[in-house]
This record gives sequence, structure tokens and C-alpha cells, in this order.
Amino acid sequence: MASVSDDLIQLRPEGLYCPAGDFHIDPWRPVPRAVITHGHGDHARLGMGAYHTTREGLPILEWRLGEQIYMAHDYGAPFTMGRATVSLHPAGHVLGSAQVRVEVDGEVWVASGDYKRQHDPTCAPFEVVRCDTFITEATFGLPVYRWPDTSEVAREIVAWRERCGERGEAAILYCYALGKAQRVLAELAAHTDEAVLLHGAVATGVEVYRRAGIAMVDTVPVTETDKTTDYAGKLVLAPPSAAGSSWIRRFRRAQQGFASGWMQIRGNRRRRNYDRGFVVSDHADWPDLMRTVRETGASRIIATHGNTDAIIRALNEDGIAAEAFRTDFGGEE
Amino acid sequence: MKRFAQLYRELDQSTATLDKRAALIRYFKEAPPRDAAWALYLLSGGKVAGARRKIANTRELREWIGQESGLPDWLVDDSYDQVGDLGETLALLLDDPVQAAPDVALADWIEQRLLPIANKDVEVRRAVVVDAWRTLRHDERLLFNKLLTGALRVGVSQRLVQQALAELTGIDIARLAQRMLGSWSPTPEFLRDLLSPDELPGDRQQPYPFFLASPLESALRAEVAPAGSTDETPEEAVAPDIVALANDPDAVARALGPVDDWLLEWKWDGIRLQLLRRDGDVALWSRGEERLDGRFPEIETAAMGLPDGTVLDGELLAWREGEDAPLAFTALQTRIQRLKPGPKTLADTPVRMQVYDLLELGGEDWRSRPQHARRAALETLIAAHGAPRIVVSPRVEVDSWTSAAQLRDQARERGVEGLMLKRATAPYQAGRRRGDWWKWKIDPLTIDAVLLYAQAGHGRRSTLYTDYTFGLWDGDALVPVAKAYSGLDDSEILALDKWIRAHTLERFGPVRSVRAHHVFELGFEAVNVSKRHKSGIAVRFPRILRWRQDKPMAEADRLETLKALAR
Repeated sequence: MASVSDDLIQLRPEGLYCPAGDFHIDPWRPVPRAVITHGHGDHARLGMGAYHTTREGLPILEWRLGEQIYMAHDYGAPFTMGRATVSLHPAGHVLGSAQVRVEVDGEVWVASGDYKRQHDPTCAPFEVVRCDTFITEATFGLPVYRWPDTSEVAREIVAWRERCGERGEAAILYCYALGKAQRVLAELAAHTDEAVLLHGAVATGVEVYRRAGIAMVDTVPVTETDKTTDYAGKLVLAPPSAAGSSWIRRFRRAQQGFASGWMQIRGNRRRRNYDRGFVVSDHADWPDLMRTVRETGASRIIATHGNTDAIIRALNEDGIAAEAFRTDFGGEE
Repeated sequence: MKRFAQLYRELDQSTATLDKRAALIRYFKEAPPRDAAWALYLLSGGKVAGARRKIANTRELREWIGQESGLPDWLVDDSYDQVGDLGETLALLLDDPVQAAPDVALADWIEQRLLPIANKDVEVRRAVVVDAWRTLRHDERLLFNKLLTGALRVGVSQRLVQQALAELTGIDIARLAQRMLGSWSPTPEFLRDLLSPDELPGDRQQPYPFFLASPLESALRAEVAPAGSTDETPEEAVAPDIVALANDPDAVARALGPVDDWLLEWKWDGIRLQLLRRDGDVALWSRGEERLDGRFPEIETAAMGLPDGTVLDGELLAWREGEDAPLAFTALQTRIQRLKPGPKTLADTPVRMQVYDLLELGGEDWRSRPQHARRAALETLIAAHGAPRIVVSPRVEVDSWTSAAQLRDQARERGVEGLMLKRATAPYQAGRRRGDWWKWKIDPLTIDAVLLYAQAGHGRRSTLYTDYTFGLWDGDALVPVAKAYSGLDDSEILALDKWIRAHTLERFGPVRSVRAHHVFELGFEAVNVSKRHKSGIAVRFPRILRWRQDKPMAEADRLETLKALAR
């Protein structure tokens, strides 16, 4: 019952697979050769024989996956995998994130991984790679998702922290430990000199980014404070998993905010009972998703995760062939 | 409108009541009276647009946003589906204007731009709405859309607004509440009178705010877990283990103390009513703050026999003379709808008022006097001036909580909902205040029903499917019998939401039909025969007691079972 397909990249039970190069992209089950787009847990998993990544992404994989067999490649530098010529191109998602360009016999496919088009001081900007087929993420694939200017949001975060300070409260901002936290810290550098306190999970990632030479506002791990510390008016960055844990009790009086694209919708914020939601996303919003698939010049689009239904129908109505791959990538942000 | 949009944002963002109150106080201190009057009206649930004042219906709004944003209809619908709130969806689908127009006051927006176009040609209405979308920034656009689509729903209770005004002006909150009863116009004059420290002539025509009882289960819940109880807890959301506690007289004794400290009455299933006999006239007010004049002429006539300066609180019931028990609530519904009932209606469905409290006597406010004193005076008053149509709701005499519990068990046969427990020393308070008035309802009737339809909730539940319709077996088909919103915990809601999205059969606007599969135990107070419902019956106060994951849908209850319970 093996189905014969000429597709350069195919959906297999273990993940996206390139038969010509005999490798997988961000597989979710153990395989011999994996090309990893970026270090988030739903894309970079343990158990692969060898990991191909970008030079910038290497320290992140080492942090997340420990000692493994790694092959680090420069952005844009082609390497050969079987019959395929492969190269990695900036995706603008987090430090070291890549799109995977695969060329076989003149046909070009690009798997985007996760990407965004907005300015981000912590990583190389997204590069449009011309291709025949573009495999795109669709985490925020509905037109209600249109991101505000992140610098403006950083200003709001500072204002929120100051307001909390006047009320004798700490401002705990939840954000993902890889990428989002560092981007927020880098954006804050333009608006404040005040040091930001970090949860342990965030501190490790910030250290990795600092070693990579990313400029961010000063930070202090919470573990270096003690019981006598007055947290009022302090901004604290913590992973979302810390919400509701005993860890946050040390701040006594605190407001809690969440930095995520999902905060665009009031119901999401109110349902989770955050005091504040800040719209900062490392994924493309709707206008950028639509713009990007067009700019690649691809005649065929495959959407992997998120609101795939809407983007597929919208593209089909515009005469661009579009379909979905059901992957194990999450919509977490 | 910037200032009010800012207030809306602060109220929407805040999860703490104190912060909300502070934001309200700030707003009312700074806003010009014309704006403040409209703000008060909107925060109290008032609407600018409505059935009689059409500015834009939801179909038109979706159509216009599609044209403005260049999106196809289905994509607008998918977006609405994701957001769950139309006003917000409309705001999110457009970008902010490069240059926002100068700010226009809230009152001017409403009085000069929106009200004049009500019921006008579609092109006139469309032009104003679309122009607003093009010139307002996101926060103001959201608020503007809320004016078009109905109530604000920003998690602010009427009481919270009144607390803010009371704190700002030093006027007694009870007086503010009283002045805000019934219908009023959002004018600076109204606001001036509302906040007037002097006694005004109008104060005499207003009813008193109703004192509302809380479910006894919430007192028992406080016994189990003292922390975390608030006045905002939905009153019908009662967990099953608490229901079990309510059957335990000892638990009730622990929560309420000696039975002798309490006055017990039957809990009637009728319409709560305040009867004002003042200045040679009679006025009837419902709990919905509506004047019911003319609908119940037999009560008005009987009330003329009461001395001037009397205000009574009680329950209106459909009750035939000589009968032991009232007619079912559905009988009363035929009367509520009749503005001027004819002789046949009056003869078929006579009503009476079971009075249980005395708020004013001889023109004097009696609310601060203890319950037992008000009760004694009420009995004396009605004995002297009563009529068959105005009767004192009898005391239920018991010597222990155990015998009270036994009487409560007979409630269904007596045609009542259970018992009311009133602390003998308590004053008559305003609103739902816990501690002195409890309703001790009978255990609900229960059925196992199958989930058939789901719809997104509102407010903090607007992105989740939380409003459910359930059905029972009739032959080999499932017939919808009840809608329920409450009773599941957050994790169950999330799990069910996910399942609903994955098992949708069809969409009818905001409603989805789902694969018949999941069985839920529903509780309800009563079943009435109904011609208005397809199933032939109507259930009173349905809510979810349990998700019966253990039960296959073939074992859900049959419609006949429910019909057998109907009265």
C-alpha cells in the first residue's frame, strides 16, 4: 500500500520526510538524520541520530538537547544530503531559526518551520526564498491576527511595570523561555535601564543569547535575590508554566501578564485570568502569512499547523493550490 | 469617546474589584455630565441600538466589514467563530487609521451621530458606521462596535457602579440604588438628581431595591471551604456534593445556628413583586425593575384597601380560589404577557400576592427594623386590611432543623420550590447580600441527556463553546429539551470545547450541531407542560450536575420519563 509520490517532502508517521535526501525535518519520532528548523520543543526533539542546524542555532540545541551529534551550517550555504541540495535560510522566528530549502533536479521546496516578518533584534530577519512549493506554518491563520508594533508594546510593558510599582506590586510577565523572553528583553533595552528579574528557566536561555552577542536590558536571576528583597515595581520574566505555582508566591503582591499573539483576543486573556495581555508574537500574522506565500512565488502551498483551514481556502479562492499536512507541531506560543 | 474607551479598557483589564471601582471613580470625577450620564446608562446594561432603534443588525455589520476589509463572508464568519464576540471581531479585522480623527465626546457620538440615523435607509446607516471604523483607533472602535451590538458586558455589576458613585459623592448607596430603579434617560438632569444629596419628590415614587436571598448551598460551601466565596458566584452553579450536604440537617445547623433564630416560609415559584401604596395610588414593580401597572388589576384593586404609605414585598402567583396550591409558573406566564387582561383571562388565571415583608408603614421606612418586627406588623396590617388577593405568606413552624428538612421534602407536592430561611433579627437589605436570607430549595429533579448543540459563551467564555443544548430519546430520535450553561469545571469545559470543535456536524450561525455521543446529568426545579416548546414541555432552571462519561448515549433518558414529571 506504499503510495508513490514525486513530492520532495512528504508527511510520514515520524515527521516531514525528504526521500531524495533521506532525511527528516523537525521529526517527532527517532530517525537517523534530522534537519532542525529551531530549538522549540515541538520542533527539536531527543532521539535523532544526527542533527543538522544553523551555526547560530547550535548553542540553543546544545542547551535544549545536551550532547548530540550536530552538523552546524552557515545560513545560505548549500550542503548535500543524498540526491538533494539543502540550505538553511533565516526564518526570523528565534535565534538561529531556519527555513529549509531543498532542491532536487531543479525543483525547489522550502519548509518554513515557524517564522515571522516583524523586526526582531535577537535574530536574523526572514529571507524570502523563491520556490515551487512552500510549506508554511499557519499558527495565526485568521485575519483577526494583525500584530501591533513591538516597540510600542515594549513601552506598554514599561508603563505597566511602573504602575505596578506605584501600587507596591511586582509585574510578572509570562513568556516562553526561548525566543520570546529574549526578544522582550532586547526591545526593553530601548525604553528602560531597570534590571529585569528572571525565573531560572528563562535565565539559562538569556545566558545563551548573551553569549551569542545579543544586546538586552540587564537581568538578575531571581535566585540571586533573597527574602528581604522588595519586589515592588520589578519586572519578572517567567515561563507560563510558573503561573499558579508556589514559585510566584515569593512576590507576595503581584500582577500577572502574558506576552503572546494569543493575547490579541480578549477572551483568551480573561479566560486565563491574566491581569494584562501583551501582543508579542514570534509567528507571522495573517497579512504576513498571505504576503509571504505570494512572495515565494510558489505555485503550491502546504500549511502545517494552526488555523490551516482558513489559509487554505483563502489561497484556493485566489487560484493558488493549497493543502494541509497534519503535523505534531503545536500552536503553543 | 477616548475617555470612556480608556475606562472600558481599564475595567476589561482588571481582575480586582477594587481596581475597577477606582477606575470608575476616576472616570465619574473627570467626565463631563453629558458623557457621564451615558456612561452610567451603558454600564448599567443600557443599549443605544435595539429592536426599535435599528442602527445596524449583525448581518449588516458582517457584510460591511467584509466590504471594508476586503475579506470574503466565510472568512469574516470564521474570524467571528474564533473570537466569539462580534464587536471585537469587527475591531480586529481592520487596521488603525494612519491619522486618527479628533476625539468626539461619547454623548455627541451617541446623540448626534448614532441616534439620528436609527431606522434610516441602509446607505445612511452604513455611511456613519463605516466612517467611524475608518477614523477610530482600535480601543475606541471596539467600544463603538459595542454600542452597535448591544450591552457592554465588561464585568461590572450595577452595585459596583453604585459603590463608586456613593464613594465619590457621599450619597447613601441605598438611595442611589433606589433612584436608579426602573427606566430613566441618560441626561445630565438625571445624573444631577441621582447625585443630589437632598430628598427629591421623585424619591417617593420609587420602589426600594429588592433584598435577594442566596442559595443555602453557598453557606454550606463556605462551611466546607471558607475562602474564595464571592457575591459574583453564579447562583445556580452548585456542585453535587454540596447538594448532598443540603440534605443534612446537622450541616445546616452548623452553618446557621439554632433554628429558633430563623423565620421560615415556603419558597414560592412566582414573580417577585413590590407593591407601593402611596399618595392615593398603587404601583406594582417587578424584580426586573419594571412597572407592571395594568397587568394585574385584581391586585391593584385589592391594594387600594391598604392604608396610604405602605410598601409590601411578596410573590405573585396564579392561584384559583379554594385551591390548596398555586398553578404552575407557566400559567402565570400567560398573565405577564397581557398588558390589559380580558375577563376570560382574569377568570381562568386569577392571581394573588403572597406578601412576606413590610418595607414601609405609615409613610415610614421600616427596612432597618428587624425581620420579626416587620413580620409581626405585616400580619397585623393584613389582618385588618387584607383581601383574598393579598395574603400573608404563612410562617412554617418547626422545632428543629430536622423537622424543617422533612417539610422541605414535601415541597414539590405543595407546589413550592422549598423553604426560605430569614434571620429573625435581620434588617431588609439591598441586593444579594449573604448571611440573613437563604433559599433552601428542594433537591433538583434529574435526567441524563445527550449533548446536541453548542454555542460560544460570553465575556470570559467567549472563545469557548459553553452554552449547550441537550436532548432526550423520543422513539429513536433525540429531541432537544433543555439548554444549560453552568455546572462544568474549567478543565471539563476545555475538554468539551475541544471535542465539540472536532465533532461538529453542521453550523447554523453561531450554533454548532455535534455528533450525539456525550451524556450529562442535568438537574432542574420543575417540568411544565408547554405549547411553545417542540418537546411539549419546559424545564425550569436546568443546569449540569455531572458529565456522565461512564454512560453510553443509548442509556440516556426518554422524553416520556420527563413528561411524566410535568405538571
